[in-house]
Amino acid sequence: MTTPAELIIVAVILLNLSLAATGSLAGCIRLAAAQGVIAALLPLLAGCGVPVGTLAFCGAVILLKGAVFPWLLTRARIKANVRKDAEPVIGYPASIILCLGAFAASSWLGARLPLPETARVAWIVPASLSTIFTGFLLLTTRAKAITQVLGYLVIENGIYIFGLALFVEQPLMVEMAILLDVFVAVFVMGITIFHISREFDHIDTAELSALRDWEPGPDSSGGIRRDEV
Amino acid sequence: MTKPLIQYFLALLLAPLLPGIINRVKAFFGGRRGVPLFQLYFDLYKLARKVPVYSRTTTWLFRFGPVAGLAAMLCALMIVPFGGRPSFLSFEGDLILLVYLLGLARFTTVLAALDTGSGFEGMGASREAQFAVFAEPAFFLALAALARGGGGLSLSGIFSNLTPAAWLTASPILTLVTASLFIVFLAENSRVPVDDPNTHLELTMIHEVMVLDHSGPDLAFIFYGAALKLWTLGALIACVILPRHSGSWLVDSGAFVLAMFALAAAVGVVESVMGRLRLLKVPHLLMTALTFSILALIFQAGR
Amino acid sequence: MINLLMLVPLLAGLSAFFIADDGRRRILLIASAALHLSLTICVIAARPVIVPGAWFALDPLGLLFLGVTSLLFLGASIYAVKYLSLEKRDPGEDSDEGFIFNNEPETVFTGCLLLFLAAMTAVTASRHLGILWAAVEATTLLSAPLIYFHRHKRSLEATWKYLLICSVGIAMALMGNLFLGAAGLRSGASLDLESLLSKAASLDQAWLKAAFLFLFVGYGTKMGLAPFHTWLPDAHSESPAVVSALLSGALLNCAFLGILRVAQVCAAAGLAGFTGGILILFGILSLMTAAFFILAQKDYKRMLAYSSIEHMGILSLGTGLGGGAVYGALLNAVSHSLTKAGLFFISGLILAAYKTKNIPDVKGLIRRAPAAGILWLAGFFLITGTPPSGIFLGKFMILKTAVSGGHYAAAAAFLFFLAVVFAGMGRIFLEMTLGEAPALKSGEKPFEASRQLLLPAACFFACAIALGLYMPAWLNEIITGARNLIGGAI
Repeated sequence: MTTPAELIIVAVILLNLSLAATGSLAGCIRLAAAQGVIAALLPLLAGCGVPVGTLAFCGAVILLKGAVFPWLLTRARIKANVRKDAEPVIGYPASIILCLGAFAASSWLGARLPLPETARVAWIVPASLSTIFTGFLLLTTRAKAITQVLGYLVIENGIYIFGLALFVEQPLMVEMAILLDVFVAVFVMGITIFHISREFDHIDTAELSALRDWEPGPDSSGGIRRDEV
Repeated sequence: MTKPLIQYFLALLLAPLLPGIINRVKAFFGGRRGVPLFQLYFDLYKLARKVPVYSRTTTWLFRFGPVAGLAAMLCALMIVPFGGRPSFLSFEGDLILLVYLLGLARFTTVLAALDTGSGFEGMGASREAQFAVFAEPAFFLALAALARGGGGLSLSGIFSNLTPAAWLTASPILTLVTASLFIVFLAENSRVPVDDPNTHLELTMIHEVMVLDHSGPDLAFIFYGAALKLWTLGALIACVILPRHSGSWLVDSGAFVLAMFALAAAVGVVESVMGRLRLLKVPHLLMTALTFSILALIFQAGR
Repeated sequence: MINLLMLVPLLAGLSAFFIADDGRRRILLIASAALHLSLTICVIAARPVIVPGAWFALDPLGLLFLGVTSLLFLGASIYAVKYLSLEKRDPGEDSDEGFIFNNEPETVFTGCLLLFLAAMTAVTASRHLGILWAAVEATTLLSAPLIYFHRHKRSLEATWKYLLICSVGIAMALMGNLFLGAAGLRSGASLDLESLLSKAASLDQAWLKAAFLFLFVGYGTKMGLAPFHTWLPDAHSESPAVVSALLSGALLNCAFLGILRVAQVCAAAGLAGFTGGILILFGILSLMTAAFFILAQKDYKRMLAYSSIEHMGILSLGTGLGGGAVYGALLNAVSHSLTKAGLFFISGLILAAYKTKNIPDVKGLIRRAPAAGILWLAGFFLITGTPPSGIFLGKFMILKTAVSGGHYAAAAAFLFFLAVVFAGMGRIFLEMTLGEAPALKSGEKPFEASRQLLLPAACFFACAIALGLYMPAWLNEIITGARNLIGGAI
């Protein structure tokens, strides 16, 4: 029987693929926000009789991931004056193949880690793991500070999918504390991006390479050599 | 036995109508009156009466191409079910034959194009072959995902097994398969956004450039074969979207034909609202179709 | 009592943001640090019983790390007050590239410092793994502004790497927590440590293993185990000395506590062999990485950071070996915190005296600043585990367990890399301390180390030596209790 929850899982996986393939920064921000909102709907659909606490929690998550984070990141994008695209280091086919491979591998893993019967939704573990993988892909193949924050958010989405669909009996306080931490993390990262753009006039993290254990040789470019500055 | 035959001849008869519908929808969106709905029938009649012209550099391959292509499509159409009703050629494994017949049609077209020795036609042939590399696995895996749902390796079996209830239990899979088949449908039939059938610039053509040198009945064969291909691939999509739902043959067939026309209209809408993709981006689109197919297969396998 | 322990730094930290007067704020910093330490001593003396189901309670393991953190923080706050007043007097010329920069407002720095203490206290006291996670993430976020105290490019780069790598790492730990929840779903165990331990035998083993892996990677990133250590040298080298000391001496321990908690659950579930293998592997890997990077190091603060990675490797190795090695690892953790904090304090003095972090440019420390030079050399002997020191005892116990347990390869690797580290650090420390001091530039005043800056390091070194000579009964009791918790008694 297809539950709405399964549709959500499929949507999340498709969003993963498009996140991995999208080149535009604004598009990535929107996609990650959409993924967060869709994932936040999971606990509401998964069963009847949703307690008020969960309802409030989901509302908070939707507000945070659907409105506050995109607003923060878009602001950071505009402040940092990023007009160019997200410039993935690897191309479209490679991203897609990696993502699909990750999904296949997580399906295999998910079959090896069976959830107890109490979890009602199929495909949770593969979807969650492949979302986390997509987050890592964003973190490692995009050279912009904002996409790295996005990668962090996508990883967070993946974890969230697992956590909520599992219905682990968590005290609401703990969940709220976790949510608060994530919020503050993104907020602090946003501030740091602002500082980076002011200090460096760009937010290319590939060029944040002054700190290293060995000085680059005279012919290697990119690093700041002390005697030149 | 009569009903499948009637279905077959109905398909043969109605297939040239589909390009007409597409053109009328496009004309409507463009604010024009457009060519008549039955234009392709007139064209076919006109071309069939003409005497073909053959270049001295061509060999038998060039004459063989259109005939073999049309023959392959005629066979393929026999396999494809009609509105969830079994076709008159159905056996275990016929979907593999279908894929190969489509491949054969493409192969003869490409051979005929290469036989002319023209640079443009060679270029078109190379593009056709390149896109097929991505489109064929997508098509095949989409069929595999359907086959995995039950009904064996026979198209008639699969689609008679597919009931409206399947859309309740497996809607994500069917949606993915439909999306994948639709992209393959656009690509295989040289429609926008993969190819523009109306283009007049040889450099940007893919399918049209391969048949530039054909004339007379040969060209009619090619046009008719293209229409049949449109019907064959479209029928699969229509069968997925509209599984057999009533006991009456007339209602089912009527609904199926209407679904085919709606599909043609949808293609017209797509062509009106989208531009042609850059050639470099076409593999990306086909790759997306492949991705949908693989996802559908993984989901189906894990059910 | 425990709530008070967290509330004192929390309230003090929040109010520090609003106190404009430098003097009062500094008094507040020292006063709350002293109050925190005295409360901690009370708790250690009183040994409160653990109420089942409470989110915050202190078992011996928590007590041990709380005690170290609190002691370090008092030393750090004494150092910080003098340091801040000096920084205020002549702010910023960059030591390496010579550009001018500003400092963070002192209110923010002090406030974050105190809140950081509150978060670390919460880590040591939490009995619920979800709370533990939230507290560890809070330490990351609160220490990021501390690293960015000197507002220039390199510290910003370090802060960014620290924030991102640690946040992502800790996200993995969150996933591990959820896996732990999945492991306990069938038997109805929540993430409460009490319930996990009591139902350990009925936890789902496959999920538990996956949970341990994720938690190990997550907290291991924060702890600085190779190969997840990449943020650590950058953050330690670019932050002010007092922050480096706290990061290295207190924060890494807190992350280690996270790993110990899940190891505790795994041991109770009979997976000690599985966790032990992973801990040993990554311990040796960290030792190796640290040894090679120390050998060719050109920056003395980075060298200290790699030494921290080495010691985290030793902790991991000791815990993995089990038995007596766990005691050794815990002893090592305490002594390392004290010694490394002292060394970072002195590194701040050297930076002030020479205006460079480049090792070849620092010569003749013992002539230019005799007290600092002597302490620097003493710190070297302590940190490399020359007897008598707590680190020596700890390493010896680990080695003994490794040999008697038949882990000959691990023991050989352990000894080899310790020798490499000793040689590498010895060269650097001797080069820096001995030799002719470079002549003072015209107009440059001879450096005078303030007593307030030297005192914390001297006290910490004295404690570290004392640990090697005499083990007080109460400390022995705590460490033994902690060892029994992790299953080292087997």
